[in-house]
Formats: sequence, structure tokens, C-alpha cells
Amino acid sequence: MKRIVYREWRIQPERYWGLLAILGAVAGIAGLAVLFMEHEGHWVTGMTNEVVWGMPHVFAVFLIVAASGALNVASIGTVFGRTAYKPLGRLSGLLALALLIGGLLVLVLDLGRPERLIVAATTYNFRSIFAWNIYLYTGFVVIVVAYLWALADRKGGPYSKTVGYAAFVWRLLLTMGTGSIFGFIVARQAYDTAILPPMFIIMSFAYGLAVFILVLMFAYDQDKRPLGDVMLGKLKNLLGVFIAAVLLMTLMYHLTKLYGAKNLGVESFILVNGGIYTALFWVGWVLVGCLAPLGIVYHPVLGKDRNWIAAAAAMVILGGFAAVYVIIIGGQSFPLQMFPGSTILASGFHDGVNGVPASYVPSIPEILLGLGGVSVALIITAVGVRVLQFLPESLADPVVDPHLAT
Amino acid sequence: MANAVVRGLLAVAGLAWALGAQPAAAGENFVAPGSKAAGLTSCVEPTDFMRRNHMEVIKHQRHTVVHKGIRDSKHTLAGCIACHVAPGPDQKPVSVYAEGQFCQRCHAYTAVDVNCFGCHATVPTPPAAGTAAAGDLGAGLVQVPDHGVTAGGERP
Amino acid sequence: MTQEHDKVDGGRRSFIGAAAGLTAATVAPGLILHTVEAAPRSEAVTDKVRWGMLIDTAKCADGCSACVDACDKENGLDLQVKPHGASEAMWDRQRAVWIRKVQVQDNLTGRVTNLPMLCQHCERPPCVDVCPTGASFKRADGIVMVDRHTCIGCRYCMMACPYKARSFIHQVVEEKLTATPRGKGCVESCNLCVQRRDNGETSTACADACAAAGHHAILFGDLKDPNGALSKALASAASRQVREDLNLNTGVRYSSL
Ligand code: HEC
Ligand code: HEC
Ligand code: HEC
Repeated sequence: MKRIVYREWRIQPERYWGLLAILGAVAGIAGLAVLFMEHEGHWVTGMTNEVVWGMPHVFAVFLIVAASGALNVASIGTVFGRTAYKPLGRLSGLLALALLIGGLLVLVLDLGRPERLIVAATTYNFRSIFAWNIYLYTGFVVIVVAYLWALADRKGGPYSKTVGYAAFVWRLLLTMGTGSIFGFIVARQAYDTAILPPMFIIMSFAYGLAVFILVLMFAYDQDKRPLGDVMLGKLKNLLGVFIAAVLLMTLMYHLTKLYGAKNLGVESFILVNGGIYTALFWVGWVLVGCLAPLGIVYHPVLGKDRNWIAAAAAMVILGGFAAVYVIIIGGQSFPLQMFPGSTILASGFHDGVNGVPASYVPSIPEILLGLGGVSVALIITAVGVRVLQFLPESLADPVVDPHLAT
Repeated sequence: MANAVVRGLLAVAGLAWALGAQPAAAGENFVAPGSKAAGLTSCVEPTDFMRRNHMEVIKHQRHTVVHKGIRDSKHTLAGCIACHVAPGPDQKPVSVYAEGQFCQRCHAYTAVDVNCFGCHATVPTPPAAGTAAAGDLGAGLVQVPDHGVTAGGERP
Repeated sequence: MTQEHDKVDGGRRSFIGAAAGLTAATVAPGLILHTVEAAPRSEAVTDKVRWGMLIDTAKCADGCSACVDACDKENGLDLQVKPHGASEAMWDRQRAVWIRKVQVQDNLTGRVTNLPMLCQHCERPPCVDVCPTGASFKRADGIVMVDRHTCIGCRYCMMACPYKARSFIHQVVEEKLTATPRGKGCVESCNLCVQRRDNGETSTACADACAAAGHHAILFGDLKDPNGALSKALASAASRQVREDLNLNTGVRYSSL
């Protein structure tokens, strides 16, 4: 294999700063939204005592899940020894860091008392998955930084394999941890299942790769660097496999839930009569997020067209948001089953009277907060590739596949 | 973190200044006229000790009350307020954290910012009507529900 | 307490928060006075007691809200004000509630039951397990509560509670009682009138109000005292826990459910 030369992202300054200005503006507006929510309290959001986690958590969970998935590309190179993926390792690590930071920022800024974060960092309850996640996240950052160093520095060479393995194991733990945040909630019918952590891992593969593909295509297109069909073909085929796996996991999730009568209520809520959540499940999660991109990726003609590949990746991301929304919001909207076999006729606290689900309408500030997290992640990525050597000069076919070099 | 350090330094510097140059130097102190404390000679602990260590005292108290349930103490925050709160012109107690009042005045000098009063009442309030006890508030003040010191969150 | 004010007599009772030697001077008319001597606790709570309740749903009257009203008063919940600009419907879902009335109907038999729902004070509370900072904790005497000095407002406990017992403070709180501080951004829930527990009173606001209304549906007491009224009642009549399948060993039990 030819020696890979990495170069800073050298698009014209106007476009670079223009891009940063747009992302910065979004982040800035998000900052104002946060100040507003902080000042007023959460009553200005759509969140209530029933739907206690809302849009910020959808964004945060998506970003964190995608972060660990984005690192996958690097793992395939180092851990699974697929040389073709090695040149992508650096970008993969950077993107993982950026997405994680964006996601955590959203999570933290939604706290009721973010100023007490120091408390969260100093007093732990070791029984809490949440507290474990704090370790998982900081550990992830440390390992990924070490990994980037090992990949980039000459002296790091010998360590790259070890650190690569560590990063791979750690990212699996991280996604399991995120999935467990929900998986351990026995109180709520939609969550109480051991299949959530593995499902989150599979989802992370797909969402992280989709983000990676889009960022890679954009970066190379803007900088007029060659990105050959071989590389893109590998990535999109991999995406296809991951999407199929998501579909399979989704099927398994619902089959395990349907097994046994106790979850029939929540299942029919998500699959049949849950209104917006049913629509988001079938149209968003299944159709847009899985079936359509699967069709594109394996289509003999469309699957070779770059625009369509990009569209497929974008669809996976949209479907991913829908999936996380259905899991987080839909799971809370379905009333707690406090009295199985009974119907609640009246309640002083909205206990799902007559089975009516809790309503949730996200407010603009909380959506802005989520978008702010996305733009912070993109800012970190853009600045990273601009000032450091993250992107290979060329990913043209002969570079990626030595057999093609003549 | 850095923020906290800076704040801490400011506070220490401010404290030194406040204790040196401010009212204490002139032989007076921050105790509000008209409060129950104004008629007494010492705080719940030696005044000098309290001046320097009241935050530790309160924080210790906070843990003792919330986790251990020990309420038989002269260090309660509610107690500080009941004794140090001063009446306004209408004989109603004025928030201890209102501009120029006991806790606020010194904290303003020392650039300390506490957010305790986002939750804690800054005037003694009667226990809810319907519970057995109602308190004598020391300074013979009229009892009113606390209207707080926080800005924003207007009521309709 | 300072010596002069320490004594408790007839209508004069020690006032909870005011350790500076404040004594009760006024007593609202029509009030039930407890004859038991009540004094603030001077030693840490122990696990020799476990506070709990038995709620007889057969005695819980349809349309009665005495317990809810009493709790709101006792804990300053009635001082919450809808933020300016909030809709009535949203506010109804965002204000804090510690105890609520619920009416359930059995799908098969059609039997209708009224009951108050509140924090069930589990022996193994999911909210405590999930809390990242340990702010959600179980006191030695079995009271499950939130230390609002370490609560960061993440609301994971609310996700984990099977009883929807917890509320988040969504708004800036202007009016609060000395005895029950409350402010934006923390989670709270029924603490079995912890200030009464620590002052040696015998009952909770809700139980008192229920009795005063003539229903006597709520029996409050010590689950560990074999001779106590609560243990005896539990031993003599069938009772159950809400969501017993979760094995939480709740401190609040229901009979005739
Ligand atoms: C029984 C009444 C009483 C209570 C309760 C009380 N204080 Fe005091 N406090 C006083 C008096 C009287 C003084 C002034 C003593 C003097 O002039 O030397 C004082 C002085 C102080 C001072 C020093 C003021 C200055 O100008 O330097 C501080 C600080 C203080 N108190 C804080 C507290 C705190 C905090 C609490 C609650 C833990 C508290 N006090 C409870 C009566 C009280
Ligand atoms: C989020 C609301 C909140 C904030 C902010 C808050 N507290 Fe509290 N505090 C409470 C609650 C609730 C209690 C429990 C009251 C009880 O059980 O009597 C309490 C109890 C206490 C007690 C024991 C009761 C007493 O009167 O002595 C102390 C001391 C105390 N807090 C100190 C503080 C201090 C100091 C701060 C600021 C650094 C603070 N609190 C900020 C909610 C709050
Ligand atoms: C004599 C001046 C003075 C007075 C009067 C005073 N304080 Fe303070 N207080 C300070 C200083 C200085 C600090 C900061 C100490 C530090 O940061 O180490 C402080 C810190 C605190 C803290 C800890 C803040 C934190 O976040 O760590 C609390 C709580 C507090 N004060 C409560 C009170 C209350 C309640 C009163 C009124 C009863 C009061 N103080 C009156 C000077 C004063």
C-alpha cells in the first residue's frame, strides 16, 4: 500500500469561515435558547412530569450513539486489520470525539441545575448507570485522544493496535451503557428489556457510519480531493449491512416484547394505535431509516450514484432520529401500568386516564438546544480537519486498493 | 473550576477587606437594626467564629438535617433568618437577602454569591395553617409568605 | 434550643425550623392538637423504625380531596403559581404534586376503587439506584427523599419510578415556606412529612386530614413496631403493594384493592 499523506483541509478561507459562521450562528442561537430555559425553568419546554426527557435527550442520545459508531471505521482498520479503512482512522476518531462532546453538551445544558455539574463530577452513586456513564464518556475521550496520537505520531505506531483494541472495547461498553440507561428502567413497559443495550450497539454502527460517510463526502467534495469508487463502495456496502442489522434488531425487540401478554399494550401503542409514534416508527424508523436506504445501497444503478449514496446516509440519520424519538418519547408517553388489568377512570396527576397517552410537543428552545449540539460537533470537526492533518490527501482507487495501482 | 477559584480568591480578598475596612472597623457590624439579633450580644457561636465560618456551620447543618434528621440545633438556616431578619417600615419582615439586608449586604461586600434563597425562604414563614405549630418570630414581626428575592418568573 | 424556650406545654409547641428558641404562640382554631410531647430530634435517625402506611381504599371516599389539600398546605405546594404565559393545560402537567387521588376500575369485574397515590417509600427504591449523585436517597427510617442540595435535575429518578411519584420544579418559585424550601430545577416527592417525623409528631398531614374528614382511610405508623397500630392492621387484613411484581417492598400498602 502506498504511504498515505495526510493534509489539512484546504478549502478557500471564505468558504471555511462561511461554514464556521453558519454553524457558529446556530450554536449561538442555541446558547441564547439555553439561557432562556435556564432563566425561566423547564416550563418553557414541552417537557412535563410525564414526559420528563424530551427533545434534548433525543439529540443527545443520537449524538452519543453516533459518536461510538463513528469510531467503528477506525476499529475496522486497526482491530480487524482491513487496510483499506486505515486511512480513515483519524477522521473517524475526530468525528467520534466531536459527536460525543456535542451530545454531552446537550445533555448537561438540559439539567435542571447545570451549575451543579461539579457535584455530579465529585459525588457518585456507583449503583447508577448514569454515574457509570460519566466514567465511560470521560474514558472514551481519553482513549480516543490516545488513539489519534497513536495513529498520527511516528512514536505511536507500536501502540496503535493496543490502543485500537482498547478503543473498540470501550466504545462497545459506552453504547451498552447508553442503552442500559433505558434498559434498566423496569418501571416502564417500553424499556424493561435486556435487548436495548445490544440494539443500541447495532444502531450506533449504522448511525455513526452514516454520519461518517456524509462528512467524508462533503469534506472531499469541497476540497476537490479524490474519493474513489472503491472506498465509497466499501463504505456504502458496510452501511447496507448495518442497516439490515438494525432492521433485524428492531424485529427482535418487538418479538421479545410481544412474547408474553404483559407488554401487548405498549406494543400495540408503538406498532398500531400510537398516533405520531406509530407513524414515526413505520415511516421514520422502518421505511426512511431502513428499507429505503437499504434499497438504494443495494440497487444496481442508484447504489453507484454518489448523490444517492449521500441520500441513503442522510435517510439513515433521519430514521435514526425517528427511532430514538420513538424509544425515548414514545416510551414515556405510554402511561405507566400501575394497575394491570384495570383502567384509570380519574386522576389528579394524569395517570393515563382511560389509557390516554401523555402528550408531548417539543418547544422551539429545546429543539434549538439539540441543533446547537449538532453544530458544536460539526464545528469541532471542521476546525479539527482544518488545523490538523486528519484527511488523507487522496482516497482515489489506486491509493485504497493497491491491486488497482499499475 | 477556574471560575470557582477566582470567585474564592475574590471572596477571601473581599472578606479581608470587609472585616478590616468596612463597618466592623468603625465598631459596628452588619446586624440589621430591628432584628432580634440587634438586641442580643452574641451570635449562636462566638460572633467572630461565625463571621469566618458560618458557611461551614450551615453546610454541616444541612447534611445533619437532611440526612440524619437532627433538628435540635441552633445552627439551622431557618434560625439564622428568624433572628437576623429585620422589619421593614410596615413591620413586615424584609428578606434577609434583599438589597442592604443582613446576609446580602456582607455578601455583596465580599463578592459572594449564594443561590440558597432560590429555595429557602428569606423571611420566617408560619408553618402552613392547619399544622399544629405556629412560630413566634422573635422580633414580633407580622408573618407573611416569603415573596423571595429571585428575579423573573413573574406571577400573573 | 435555648433553655428558656425549651419547654412544651398545653398550646405551646416547639416550632420546627426555629432552633433559635422560637415557640408556638398562636394556634389556628379548630385544630387537632397532638397530646404527645413533640420535640425536635437530637440524635440521628436509625433503622429501628421504618415509616409506612396502610391505605384502606374501601374507606377512601369518591370526590374527597382532604389528603391532597392538606399535603399541598403542609408542604407549600399550594404556593406554586402558574408562570406568566404558561397554558393551563401545560401547567397542570408541570406543577409539583406529592399526593393525588386516583380512581381505578377493574376491567373484568367493573369494581371501582378510589385511592391516594404517593411515593410508596420502597425498601429497594429504583429512584435511589439510578440517581447519579446520590441525591435521591433512603433515610435510615425508610423515608425515600431527595437531598435538593445535590440534585442536579437530571430526572432519571422520574424515569425510573414506577409510581410517577416524583415532580420536577419547572418554574422559578417565588413563595415558599420556611419548613419546605423549593426551587427551580430539582426533583421532589412525598417525604412522609419529614419535618413532622423529626419533631416527634405522630402522623402525616394527609393521614390527619383524612381522619378529620371522618374517613380514617390512611393509617400511618412504624412498620417495624410489632405492637404498633400499623403492624397490627397489616397482620389482620389482606393488603397489597402496587406493582408487587417489581419486588420493591413498598412502605405504603393498600387494602381492599
Ligand atoms: C439568636 C439569634 C441569632 C441566631 C439564631 C443567629 N445569629 Fe448571627 N448574630 C446574632 C447576633 C446578636 C450577632 C451580633 C453579635 C455581635 O454584635 O457581636 C450575630 C452576628 C452574626 C454574624 C457576624 C456579623 C458581622 O457583622 O460581622 C454573622 C456572619 C452571623 N451572625 C451569621 C449567622 C448565621 C449564618 C446564623 C445561622 C446559623 C446565625 N447568625 C444565627 C444573633 C443570631
Ligand atoms: C433546590 C432547593 C434548595 C437549594 C438551592 C438550597 N436548599 Fe437547603 N434545603 C432544601 C430543602 C428541600 C431542605 C429540607 C428542608 C427540611 O426538610 O426541613 C433544605 C434544608 C436545608 C438546611 C437544613 C434546614 C435548616 O433550616 O437548617 C440547611 C442548613 C440548608 N438547607 C442550607 C442550604 C444552603 C446553605 C444553601 C445554599 C448553598 C441551600 N440550602 C440551598 C432545598 C434547597
Ligand atoms: C460578615 C460578612 C457576612 C455575613 C453577615 C454573612 N456572610 Fe455568608 N459568607 C461570607 C463570606 C466572606 C463568604 C465566602 C466564604 C468562602 O467563599 O470561603 C460567605 C459564604 C456563605 C455561604 C457559602 C457559599 C458557598 O457557596 O460556599 C453561605 C451558605 C452563607 N455565606 C450564608 C450566609 C447567610 C445565610 C447569612 C445571613 C444569616 C450570611 N451568610 C451572612 C460573609 C458573610
